[in-house]
Amino acid sequence: MEQVPLIHVLILSSILFFLGIYGFFTRRNLITVLMSIELILNSVNINFVAFNKYLYPHQLEGVFFTLFIITIAAAEVSLAIAIIINLYRRFNTIDIDDTNTMKY
Amino acid sequence: MSPSTIIFYILAALVVTFGALTVFTHKIFRAAIFLLLTLIGVAGIYILMEMQFIAALQIIVYVGGIVVLIIFSIFLTSSGSEKVNPRTTLRILSAAILSGAGLIFSIWVVSNHIYVPAGIAPIEPSVRNIGLQLLSYKDFGYVFPFEVVSILLLAALIGSIVIAMKSKKQ
Repeated sequence: MEQVPLIHVLILSSILFFLGIYGFFTRRNLITVLMSIELILNSVNINFVAFNKYLYPHQLEGVFFTLFIITIAAAEVSLAIAIIINLYRRFNTIDIDDTNTMKY
Repeated sequence: MSPSTIIFYILAALVVTFGALTVFTHKIFRAAIFLLLTLIGVAGIYILMEMQFIAALQIIVYVGGIVVLIIFSIFLTSSGSEKVNPRTTLRILSAAILSGAGLIFSIWVVSNHIYVPAGIAPIEPSVRNIGLQLLSYKDFGYVFPFEVVSILLLAALIGSIVIAMKSKKQ
């Protein structure tokens, strides 16, 4: 793995991040927006692990940040899916343009 | 090129391809499956970086938990495909310009920065070292974030049950 330059890993994570950004702005289904957020979080995790591995191998901070990001992503997805199911029950749609009421 | 380098580039190509398919495909169920493959590819990259614990966590939490949850919610909510909106073209154009410009800018920043490795003797990212530091009360220990995140998980558990619960009146 040492032969792979750090910059290639960073370029990979940048591509993944902006694919997620693109999906976040273009998708109209709430669940696919959630998938784009997962892509963004994964690219951030790759960055943390790569910096930990290449630049600061004497400490484990990148590993811990990745660990907590994964945990918080799990919590976030479960809450978001609960909200989406509740929205579908009330409005019968999960389109991003139709679900513009917060409380009624 | 050593075999691990070749495997890295193959995995990177797979991650980018499946990530793009996740974003661009029109069938929502296929998007979920492509997301699954992307996450497995990212786990492979972690294994190549010798972060086996993070790779295992990625497989368990993302592939085993989050994607399964997303697929269940697709079955519960969706009819299988997305509708097309007249406003979509403008939105796709602006999002493509925004993300393309952002990608070029961040690659420019990343390639112009000079990275200086710390050059101190590395410690092994084994489960033993991670666990000892995670539950350490001393300096640079992570026991307080660990407890906070456990409260957060409990709150998310209860909150999602309360939000998704069917009310009796309906």
